[in-house]
Amino acid sequence: MPATTFRQDVRFAAFHPVGGSMEIVINGRTLEFSADPRTSLLDLLRDHLGLPGAKKGCNQGACGACTVLADGERINACLALAVQYQGRAITTVEGLGGDGGLHPLQRAFIEHDGFQCGYCTPGQLCSAVAMAGEAERGLPSFVTDDLSADTMTLDHDELRERMSGNLCRCGAYNGIVEAITSTFGNVLA
Amino acid sequence: MKPITYARASSVADAVRLARTTVGAKYLGGGTNLVDLMRETVERPEALVDVTALPAEIEATHEGGLVIGAAAKNTALAGNRIVRERYPVLARAVLAGGSAQIRNMATVGGNILQRTRCTYFYDDAARCNKRVPGAGCDAIDGFNRMHSILGGSPACVATHPSDMCVALVALDAIVHTDGSDGSRSLPLVDLHRLPGRHPEVETELAPGELITAVELPRLPLAARSTYRKVRDRASYAFALVSVAAALDVADGTVRDVRLALGGVAPKPWRAWKAEEALRGRPATEASFRAAADAELADASGLRDNAFKIELARRTITAVLAGLAGEQP
Repeated sequence: MPATTFRQDVRFAAFHPVGGSMEIVINGRTLEFSADPRTSLLDLLRDHLGLPGAKKGCNQGACGACTVLADGERINACLALAVQYQGRAITTVEGLGGDGGLHPLQRAFIEHDGFQCGYCTPGQLCSAVAMAGEAERGLPSFVTDDLSADTMTLDHDELRERMSGNLCRCGAYNGIVEAITSTFGNVLA
Repeated sequence: MKPITYARASSVADAVRLARTTVGAKYLGGGTNLVDLMRETVERPEALVDVTALPAEIEATHEGGLVIGAAAKNTALAGNRIVRERYPVLARAVLAGGSAQIRNMATVGGNILQRTRCTYFYDDAARCNKRVPGAGCDAIDGFNRMHSILGGSPACVATHPSDMCVALVALDAIVHTDGSDGSRSLPLVDLHRLPGRHPEVETELAPGELITAVELPRLPLAARSTYRKVRDRASYAFALVSVAAALDVADGTVRDVRLALGGVAPKPWRAWKAEEALRGRPATEASFRAAADAELADASGLRDNAFKIELARRTITAVLAGLAGEQP
């Protein structure tokens, strides 16, 4: 089975379409869509494109279950209006592993019990992949002592601060931290 | 459902024109606050003018300051080298706000104009003078742990939620705007209004006026500055009390100081009285505490938030003592 499957009818009837159809790249595939301007990126993905990986938890930016990547940067798809992401490249958990099966972080989540019910997991995965990129680029966090440092070390406190936008109601945090550390720790230490 | 239109502005002039010629238009930045408020029907725009494609550059000025395009993302601001080295209080304040996902989406202009997170403002079953002028306020006698101890009125005790703005007002930031009447500049500390009898009017901006940039003046003492945020969780929570401070000490005396408070007032609160009380005084804990007392003399607590007065006093004192301890 391919890593990403779509509904055939990616064009859908909108309540009040504006400016005709728009283009968006989802997991490497360019799609056309038209939507009411109020349609969130999350609803576009889940309800219209048949990609239910990104989850709707709080629908107000508090829980992070809807986290996806826009041009590699993590965002809350629930607070993103789909029309604002025309022409952007979106990666959801369905596209994280590419053609080679699971992403190394997905395998690490299994190995380290980084979840229980699994509802927050797609958001945790997308968030952590982008988080590692931010740290590699030298972006500091609120707990970084030396703001002028060029490289960031992902110790326990840094990792938890940087992942605070993703809640896990099962409390699988220890496994999540271990999975992220085992995957990205060597890159960043 | 009422129809709504969307347009992406290609320039500042284009944005101002669209806002002027479209009924019920609202500027849309990253959407992290406006989208949520629309979903809760607190905001009901008829048209969205997307301003995220407008200038977002962060550039040093010839005078030794910094100009930040209003469309700059919060993440870009916190990661900027000049901000981290010359204005660390600003980098820390931005990093204290929201989550990484929110900071990747939210713009600087939108951060300034975000609205209060008072739960009664969000709840359309509650009375709120900010949401429905003249309706009354359910927060004053309600659950008001997160509310103001300074600057509130009988009509409204909501707090301004931004961390970034607290640092910006401490740094004497100037806001540049554009609108139907042309462009102008005003100090950020004068942009937000206190509620008085009209909490629904939150800023000095005219209808359709757009924030285009924020400018920081050259401020050498800001190299020694920091931001402390006291909140109910260790991360990703709004401030109970926050303190932005920059301190310049020479020979044990306070030569200059910048101080601002968050989480305690309807606007980012510049602590003018504390600064005045501190300049020229010995850089001691007693002076810092006296300065905090001067600022908080007018503070008053509600049912659930009186603890903030002492919390603010201790946080101001600790932050200033920390900065004084780092001085060469």
